[in-house]
Amino acid sequence: MTTKTLTRVDTSLASIALAALTGVMLLMIAGFAQASVLHDGAHDTRHAIAFPCH
Amino acid sequence: MTRHLLTSALLAGLAAGLIAALLQFWLVTPLLLEGELYESGIRSHFAASLDAPVQSPAGAAEGLTQDLSRHIMTAGFNLVAYTAFALILLAAMTFAERFGHPLGARSGIVWGVCGFFALHLAPAVGLPPELPGTIAAEVELRQVWWLATAAATALGLGLIAFGAGLLPAIGIAALALPHLIGAPHLDTYFGIAPPELAAEFVARSLGVAAASWVVLGWLTAYFFTRKTES
Repeated sequence: MTTKTLTRVDTSLASIALAALTGVMLLMIAGFAQASVLHDGAHDTRHAIAFPCH
Repeated sequence: MTRHLLTSALLAGLAAGLIAALLQFWLVTPLLLEGELYESGIRSHFAASLDAPVQSPAGAAEGLTQDLSRHIMTAGFNLVAYTAFALILLAAMTFAERFGHPLGARSGIVWGVCGFFALHLAPAVGLPPELPGTIAAEVELRQVWWLATAAATALGLGLIAFGAGLLPAIGIAALALPHLIGAPHLDTYFGIAPPELAAEFVARSLGVAAASWVVLGWLTAYFFTRKTES
């Protein structure tokens, strides 16, 4: 099952970590930061996406 | 490689975020605005007599065109949120690929459904999507439970899908654990908005999220594999 093939793309762990970290950071901004500017702008999105809002 | 990874996630996230925003404006925002009428006290659930029915969705729909900047912000944050989802999803996809699980647009759909389970459905079991004005436990506690539940569900699904030996069993335990612990709840009901409105809001916001995640999973895998195959 884990045999490597030449056609498969191995994404480097550094790239994967970068994508994951950027994603988590953006998620915190859009869904979780309580700063009132962010909260007010993201209010409807947070409710619609079902992040805990206030 | 990194650039291709990030641009694939960005393209998929923006497209799925736009679809999510459009679906929300159609199905969810009118209910949200109606909920605000109860939050602000303009309408009261139990105050209406039988002669004057409480429900009047037409009034809420007007709000869609009233406050353009507010809805532009909503659309913008949808793009940010779904781009975030795409980055996390693609990180998981490429991580699995390193272990010999090839990625394609069709398997991307399955990934998308699992993303919906982890980030929407499982947290919603403990913390249902809330109409504005819903009175609930401390927001920090709910955020911690939400994040822990999303992480545990993602891990659990990963172990079930890819694990060998005892790992799938541990995966099932990870799925159940947040719900055994239980989400933070108040011990009283406040019910400011009518239950029908709240129920409709929950069902529609989950439905919109499910549809958007299927598109997201499919597009993320499509954009990422398109270039690597050529």
